[in-house]
Amino acid sequence: MAAALVISALGLLGLVAFITALVAGGLAALAAVGGLLAMFVFLAAVVLSLVWLERKYLGRLQMRMGPMRVGPFGLLQPVADAAKLVLKEDVTPAWVDRWLFWTAPLLLFLPSYLLWVAVPFGPGLVLRDLDLGLLYIVALSVVGIVGILMAGWGSANKYGMLGSLRSAAQLVSYEVPVIIVALTVAMMAGSLNLSQIVEAQRPVPYAVVQPLALFLFLLAGLAEVGRTPFDIYHAESEVMGGPYVEYSGAHWAVFYLAEYVNTFLVAVMVTLLFLGGWKGPGLPPVLWFLLKAYLVVGFIFWFRGTFPRLRIDQLMALGWKALVPLSFVNLVLTSIYLFYGWPWWGMSLISLAILAALGYGIHRQAAARKPAITLVPAVEVRSAR
Amino acid sequence: METARRLEPVEINVNMGPQHPSTHGVFRMVLWVDGERIVQVEPYIGYLHRGTEKLCEGELYPQIITLFDRLDYLANFNNELCFCMAAEKLMGLEVPERAQYVRVVLCELNRVASHLMFYGALGLDAGAMTPVMYAFREREHIQRAFEAVSGARMMHNYFRIGGLKEDVPAGFKEMVRDLLPGLEQGISECDRLLSLNEAFLARTRGVGAISAQEAVEYALSGPMLRAAGVPYDLRAVEPYSLYDRFDFDIPVGTQGDCWDRYMVRVEEMRQSLRIVRQALEQMPDEGPVMAAGVRRMPRPPKGESYMRTENPRGEFGVYLVSDGSERPYRVKIRAPSFASVQALPRLLRDCYVADCVVVLGSLDIVLGDVDR
Repeated sequence: MAAALVISALGLLGLVAFITALVAGGLAALAAVGGLLAMFVFLAAVVLSLVWLERKYLGRLQMRMGPMRVGPFGLLQPVADAAKLVLKEDVTPAWVDRWLFWTAPLLLFLPSYLLWVAVPFGPGLVLRDLDLGLLYIVALSVVGIVGILMAGWGSANKYGMLGSLRSAAQLVSYEVPVIIVALTVAMMAGSLNLSQIVEAQRPVPYAVVQPLALFLFLLAGLAEVGRTPFDIYHAESEVMGGPYVEYSGAHWAVFYLAEYVNTFLVAVMVTLLFLGGWKGPGLPPVLWFLLKAYLVVGFIFWFRGTFPRLRIDQLMALGWKALVPLSFVNLVLTSIYLFYGWPWWGMSLISLAILAALGYGIHRQAAARKPAITLVPAVEVRSAR
Repeated sequence: METARRLEPVEINVNMGPQHPSTHGVFRMVLWVDGERIVQVEPYIGYLHRGTEKLCEGELYPQIITLFDRLDYLANFNNELCFCMAAEKLMGLEVPERAQYVRVVLCELNRVASHLMFYGALGLDAGAMTPVMYAFREREHIQRAFEAVSGARMMHNYFRIGGLKEDVPAGFKEMVRDLLPGLEQGISECDRLLSLNEAFLARTRGVGAISAQEAVEYALSGPMLRAAGVPYDLRAVEPYSLYDRFDFDIPVGTQGDCWDRYMVRVEEMRQSLRIVRQALEQMPDEGPVMAAGVRRMPRPPKGESYMRTENPRGEFGVYLVSDGSERPYRVKIRAPSFASVQALPRLLRDCYVADCVVVLGSLDIVLGDVDR
């Protein structure tokens, strides 16, 4: 019932937008609506593919087959999942703050969807080639936190509140390194326009010039979207889904959708800012773009199959004591590099040196406090008695 | 200036369980939290209480073995062993060697299966979803062997007072021997997957630590006590059955934190396999598996006996009082998990909410064992 309401509301919204566009008579407005709809369809397809990919990939990591039953290789499993979620009863507990409870999923999803207006998929293949594209994306990606907070508070559940407080702390702290690293890249490219940032990655992508920045961005990005090892705010074993604990059916599906759209956004941003976007030999640009993005997504899923999650204090320590200072150091180094006009490999050497020093430091620290247990032969214990 | 409404920090109490995914069964904790910090913990038990001790008074001796299967449902053979040995002690029975060896092999394999379960569950508690799959692959091999021997995967009902229900199937030795290399490799794989993972170390090192002195005071036993640095293992301290014939090591931790408790169990799996290997070598190929002259419905003479064995979770004790009839007069069970749970508020002092599940996971409690 509620699902039908949401869908019909969305449909109505679309219709109203459509009629408005017609009345305005502007062909451009029509095209914009069409573009947004096309983007929605594309994102939905991406999310379905990601769900399948994640389940299959994790399955393989864990010696399982993953989904096999619905469609060839279980390809239709996400479709079946989505259908199930939409058809399910949408339970609203009696004690929730209805207004917050109902709007929270939309408030999380809408920003993460509207972001994509400024994301280029190929040369000229973008809904709005904003000159402040990077700023727009970074700014809009923070808004979703309000949705999570509203979900946690509105569902009047202690686990929900714990989770949403965690998410607020986590997402706000990790926004800092993300913005600073994005700023570094913008300085290198001399533009906030994403298309121009991609074009500026000549002769080599920024992943080669700025490996440290890539490392920082990927880590902070993982924390931003709450993927393992930073999936603290919706940890199943601790807060049982955190802000989403009271949601079911279509509403839960909207959260799920937003999560995967955000994960894909991190991959796409890494692709655009560091991996040279759609550039590559042979294949069409869009294909290169998607290939790189899915590769990064695969990396993120690999993390999920390998790591336990950190604790909230460890997460905050990592953010404020490691990522933020490092991103500032990188910003300063980059400005020095730009000011003196060094060749690009100079910057990559500095960046690599810092990364190597970091790795060595961590390794030494780990080796120094490598724990062990002792073995006492049973014979000794036996004879001692 | 008007007085603004003062916002004061409050402690909220969070009810964790009995249907929380990380409480390992029907266990309930009430946490008083100040933000993410735990101020106080109160464990509530009894959701799985079946009154086993009272039930025992109304059942015949052979029927009681089925009740013991259902206590610590991850270590069924170990429970059966303890009860059977308590009765045997009272009756002064000499169990045939072959039966004893089979018991040791099955109990040690059960210890490995139980620890594998612990390994997977602790990984899940810490947020790693892969280890449990690897642990269950290995556990499955053991379960199949159990099924081949007793016909059941969990509630075996295979040991009898005075021996075994029947001889093991033909080819038992070869079956278990073929199992061992795979298990050893699997345990090493599990070890490499999780033990020294930086994130796992961060979550478990120094968390929920307890000193040897306090561990003794809380009556902790088994891996919990050994992790705190006390080399106390009933198989060595007070060898029962045939345990004085085997050569094995007792893994001992230093800090008594979650990581030590975890690692002690991982190492114990290897030691258990060592024992299994030796037992298989020493085991006679032929011979009776039931002591001579034991009645179908045993009637232990009037008196009492106490038997304790080293279960995967610690010291498991059975105090048996017989009035000479075919039903026991009183059975008291000393459950290792029960003692572990009472240390929980102490272990969770100054911890974070997230530590709560890891510490509980490192206790490796089985609620069937806690509540009885």
